[in-house]
Amino acid sequence: MTTATPRSGPVPGPPGPKPAPPPGRPGPTVSGAPPAGPFPAAEPMTGAQSLVRSLEEIGCEVVFGIPGGAILPAYDPLLDSTKVRHVLVRHEQGAGHAATGYAQATGKVGVCMATSGPGATNLITPLADAHMDSVPIVAITGQVAGPLIGTDAFQEADITGITMPVTKHNMLVTDAAEIPRAIVEAFHLASTGRPGPVLVDISKDALQAQTTFSWPPEMKLPGYRPTTRPHGKQIREAARMITSATRPVLYVGGGVLKAEASGELRTLAELTGIPVVTTLMARGAFPDSHPQHVGMPGMHGTVAAVAALQKADLLITLGARFDDRVTGQLDSFAPDARVVHADIDPAEISKNRRADIPIVGDCKEVITELIEAVRAEQASGTADITAWWALLDGYRETFPLGYNWPDDGSLSPQYVIERIGKIVGPDAVYTAGVGQHQMWAAQFIGYENPRSWLNSGGLGTMGYAVPAAMGAKAALPDTVVWAIDGDGCFQMTNQELATCAIEGIPIKVAVINNGNLGMVRQWQNLFYSERYSNTELGTHKHRIPDFKLLAEAMGCVGLRAESKDEVDRVIRKAMEINDQPVVIDFVVGADAQVWPMVAAGTGNNELMAARGIRPLFDGDELDAEVDQTGPLGLADPAGSADTGEED
Amino acid sequence: MEIHTLSVLVEDKPGVLARVSGLFSRRGFNITSLAVGPTEQPGVSRMTIVVAVEDLPLEQVTKQLNKLVNVIKIVELEPATSVQRELLLVKVRADAGMRSSVLEAVQLFRAKVVDVAPEALTIEATGTADKLNALLRMLEPYGVREMVQSGMVAVGRGPRSITAASVR
Repeated sequence: MTTATPRSGPVPGPPGPKPAPPPGRPGPTVSGAPPAGPFPAAEPMTGAQSLVRSLEEIGCEVVFGIPGGAILPAYDPLLDSTKVRHVLVRHEQGAGHAATGYAQATGKVGVCMATSGPGATNLITPLADAHMDSVPIVAITGQVAGPLIGTDAFQEADITGITMPVTKHNMLVTDAAEIPRAIVEAFHLASTGRPGPVLVDISKDALQAQTTFSWPPEMKLPGYRPTTRPHGKQIREAARMITSATRPVLYVGGGVLKAEASGELRTLAELTGIPVVTTLMARGAFPDSHPQHVGMPGMHGTVAAVAALQKADLLITLGARFDDRVTGQLDSFAPDARVVHADIDPAEISKNRRADIPIVGDCKEVITELIEAVRAEQASGTADITAWWALLDGYRETFPLGYNWPDDGSLSPQYVIERIGKIVGPDAVYTAGVGQHQMWAAQFIGYENPRSWLNSGGLGTMGYAVPAAMGAKAALPDTVVWAIDGDGCFQMTNQELATCAIEGIPIKVAVINNGNLGMVRQWQNLFYSERYSNTELGTHKHRIPDFKLLAEAMGCVGLRAESKDEVDRVIRKAMEINDQPVVIDFVVGADAQVWPMVAAGTGNNELMAARGIRPLFDGDELDAEVDQTGPLGLADPAGSADTGEED
Repeated sequence: MEIHTLSVLVEDKPGVLARVSGLFSRRGFNITSLAVGPTEQPGVSRMTIVVAVEDLPLEQVTKQLNKLVNVIKIVELEPATSVQRELLLVKVRADAGMRSSVLEAVQLFRAKVVDVAPEALTIEATGTADKLNALLRMLEPYGVREMVQSGMVAVGRGPRSITAASVR
């Protein structure tokens, strides 16, 4: 395999959450801004030029976007910039997800740009996606000229109004003099506190107007003061609970990755010996190979990880948010556990599950202080957790992750993904779409490093994989980037393969092609009497589209594997190609299913290790029951129709 | 459900009202009343929001409100320790025969007549919601032709100010 840059080291550029600067002190906290003189000279230029200068000063390296009427003035000075690379995408959604992939792979702010009206509305899905997964991106959109705003002008859309619910903040700028401040504030808001997307809408006349530029501008955010330092008393209380619990578990979420706190987490875990579960958003925050890692919890989590939460007496929740895909039915979730909940967003604490010890703060600072406090507590002894480990080890041994080969002799999708993980290794970055392939990629690839697994967890955006991989690869050209995609997802955003081919962004795409919207089909199989309504895509039956030919048409190398003996060969072949994007059409069986599974609307105690096999979480003894009552031993749960759009 | 009164200091910027009201509807809360106006601090507006909600969801909505970048400060005002007022303008049928008894009700409630026509009086009254409802009950038999009511505004009792410390 090619060399890959490990991403465990510190990442240059705007770092994770930071406290807001003291009021009245000028200057952005984002890096790249040179130390300002006392009276920075004001240079005359247009609003558009000041926009590009601001992006340069703040350290923006790449903008993903598409020009159009209202944003056109900004594209003119962009042509001359030697610091900011513009990647011309094929659809604004691709620009948004690419910015997200860039941000998730590096921790820096990702930037996308679009014109007014349809350009801006095409960004809504990636903005909502970044909002749900707390990804720092800045979207810059053109707006019709100030006097035309509100007149239903050509390509006018009230994008600040439309995106209010799906951004951390947004702003409309109609005065050229305000552009540098808007950019500094947008980057600061996106990257500090709980990160998130910020949209800056700039009217065309503001871009065209003459103004002066001085750097850095002063931020005016009197209502924005994120808390990053945890409360000392809460930390000491938490440490007491941690050292006295007999069945504790570290419930780790994406906040640990965003805080760059993987090292601290490992220290805390090894100091206490407590089992660790990493949520879908936190895969890679703690090495999969570490003996204390018991897996991913949730709807398709490992039996051991789900059991660890259900049977715990203490949840040490770090940067996680008790999402319904983790908790299942809330009232039966972790019934015996007290909860320590650390999060940078106070609104997450006690939102879904009441916290006994709430801690508001940045995970890096929280964990660092917890380590100190736990050490102090350990001086007076710690509870014995060997029986707890014996129980969890029993679950690990009895119910390891696994899969069966399809009866019809077709290729196993899990095998394909497992082989990609094995051959490509943990130094690559993996992205995924949404659906079965996403769950298998979360289950069967071993993640050892932070920021090596990028996916759409909260919004569940089909089509995320290809553009996110493009963004990650643009950020880390020396790292191997694989998009694990489904045939449904792939058909939503594969136009960005043309971008990758032309811009020299050689990503690798594994299309796990089962000919169907696989996850929906799985639910139809389990809960809708095997009535497969509108889930067959025809990519098997008609081979439309032919993904190999499609890849070639897009300037990529197209490969295909249809049997077990071809799998390793095509993966290795893809790894040898570094000057072109590669797409592999893995034609796999349509009937493979994702297990384990907690059906929507049921509790975690109803977890099925495999079809009809339910580990019994009721007693302390390890046991399993084979259900004879139905396909799953389940009545059709009321919540079973909420898969939404999944592939 | 309990009635809660929130005083919210916000930056006086376009779209702030939409952000706040959108947040309430998005999270499934009904606003009973909402009043916005300027404060003694330039650039700072004050919203008085009345919501009917249990304590736990109130905590959640307050935290979510606090996350809005344009929101500077939120204080809950208790009825016992604050002054809470609404304004009512009501047009009542009052011909020559009924006018004196209508005026009697107006005086009893320390309300004011702000417009007189041959068949109707327009009455202005301020007070708590209870007082205004009582006045309306008194006036209804005469025939209410039109009425309009403001959202509640409220301020804490005593010398302390919620704006002083929070606005820089």
